Amino acid sequence: MKKEDQQSALKETVITIRGLHKSFGGLPVLQGIDLDLFKGENFVVLGRSGSGKSVLIKIIAGLLKPDAGTVNVLGQHVDLLNDKELQSLRLRLGFIFQSSALYDSMTIRENLEFSMVRNFKTLSAKEVDHAVYEVLDAVGLKDKINAMPADLSGGQVKRIGIARTLILHPEIMLYDEPTAGLDPITCTEIIELINEVKTRFNTSSIIITHDLTCAKETGDRIAMLQDGHFTRLGNFGEVFDTDDIRIKRFFDYNFIK
Amino acid sequence: MNIKRTYIRIIDSFYWLIRKHRSDDGIFTHKLDRFFLETYDIHKFISRFFRELFTKPFEFREFIRQSYEVGVRSIPLITLTGFVIGVVFTRQSRPPLVEFGAASWLPSLIGIAFVRALGPLVTALISSGKVGSHIGAELASMKVTEQIDAMDVSAVNPYKFLVVTRVAATTIMIPLLMLYCTFVGMLGSFMNVHQNELTSFVTFFESAFAQVSFLDVSAAVFKSILYGFTIGIVACYRGFNATNGTQGVGRAANRAVVFSMFLIFAEELLIVQITHWIAAF
Ligand SMILES: Nc1ncnc2c1ncn2[C@@H]1O[C@H](COP(=O)(O)OP(=O)(O)O)[C@@H](O)[C@H]1O
Ligand SMILES: [Mg+2]
Repeated sequence: MKKEDQQSALKETVITIRGLHKSFGGLPVLQGIDLDLFKGENFVVLGRSGSGKSVLIKIIAGLLKPDAGTVNVLGQHVDLLNDKELQSLRLRLGFIFQSSALYDSMTIRENLEFSMVRNFKTLSAKEVDHAVYEVLDAVGLKDKINAMPADLSGGQVKRIGIARTLILHPEIMLYDEPTAGLDPITCTEIIELINEVKTRFNTSSIIITHDLTCAKETGDRIAMLQDGHFTRLGNFGEVFDTDDIRIKRFFDYNFIK
Repeated sequence: MNIKRTYIRIIDSFYWLIRKHRSDDGIFTHKLDRFFLETYDIHKFISRFFRELFTKPFEFREFIRQSYEVGVRSIPLITLTGFVIGVVFTRQSRPPLVEFGAASWLPSLIGIAFVRALGPLVTALISSGKVGSHIGAELASMKVTEQIDAMDVSAVNPYKFLVVTRVAATTIMIPLLMLYCTFVGMLGSFMNVHQNELTSFVTFFESAFAQVSFLDVSAAVFKSILYGFTIGIVACYRGFNATNGTQGVGRAANRAVVFSMFLIFAEELLIVQITHWIAAF
């Protein structure tokens, strides 16, 4: 046994996926995904648009049902859970949508406390307030508490989307293209925030992206999703140490040669 | 599940009928397939409403907010249409009655017309346009921007928060709006009658309600409850199942209105028949 293998065997896995298949009306999207997410790591999934990255994390969160394969999240088989079990599992997951999906008819405060006041009814108003300020502080947007989502900039919307999940102290974060559509400076800030969340809230994350800077800066391990399965897996250097023309192109575009 | 099996059996027997009469089952069976699948979906959507209405928790604040949205915000439009219809209907009904020397029947005619048909129908149609399109578009835009999925993954039941509250609000507020619409309509009618026949307020309403029976009023309230439920559930169903981005939002709002209007007319026909039966006993 190699040293690395021994290490990974010792590590606790929080998500285990085996042989995951999913197609939509005859169009195969995921064809045999195997994935282990270790506790405390940032796992980056790279892939072209339409390669099924979002489908993958939606299956993990139970928003879509797999056609075949097993999806084990925090010791539970997601597709076998009833509504109640799924609900309590989801409290332990943070899902950040590509569009952030803030509730646009509610203020930032209402967005943040929406799930908390409904799932933890015994909390006092003061405790909820405290939690709201704690996460707003973590994302650096304390002054926006009474703003509406429409009044925020793209980067601020992303931060609130992250804060909205952090308030429940999730064990796993699922980021769907956290830096897509942002300017380079804001991207850097979001990348820093992702790394900060990992240490401050002690989370394990799956980060979906096609932004290689984000992948390099945040990822402990990186996987390349192509043709429905992971074609490359390893750290940043290992994944791009290849002659595969498609992967080379991916690299060349991001780091202008 | 039993219901699903029944649906499948019905679909199968339909296919059998079609195959018997058509050699090629292409687009036609495909459309039929979709129709039955949708019927099954709607059935599930409606039964989920009753299941979730009676399981805790009830989103009371959101319900109040929606009731305000449906009820109070519709008052200006209902006032205008109710009043205008009252005036116009009275004006148009007068000449034939005068011809038969029966102008004094005008208030009774108005009373019956408004309580039995105009009040409930006008309220339902106006509301399906105003409220139905609003709910349809609102939920559809939440659906296509993944806000509904966001509720789901944050362990809040979006059906309970969005659908149960809205359908409950329309089911309760539309009957109230109907009573208000009937009142305003008769007020409009009274103005016209007062102008022409110098009838007093008390006399007008006494003769207007003289011919209105308890059955008429209860049928009107019952109808309006049904219309309210129809408007809410159709709009929510369309919104909740919207697809295809911005285009889907417009389509959901549009379909919510068209489909609920269609159902309202169908229900009206059915209830008129049933009330006639009951009255005949
Ligand atoms: N709910 C759905 N119904 C039908 N097709 C879908 C659905 N969700 C995703 N797809 C299809 O799956 C493929 C992968 O989608 P997605 O995971 O969103 O890609 P990306 O990697 O860009 O996130 C696309 O071709 C998309 O059309
Ligand atoms: Mg995506």
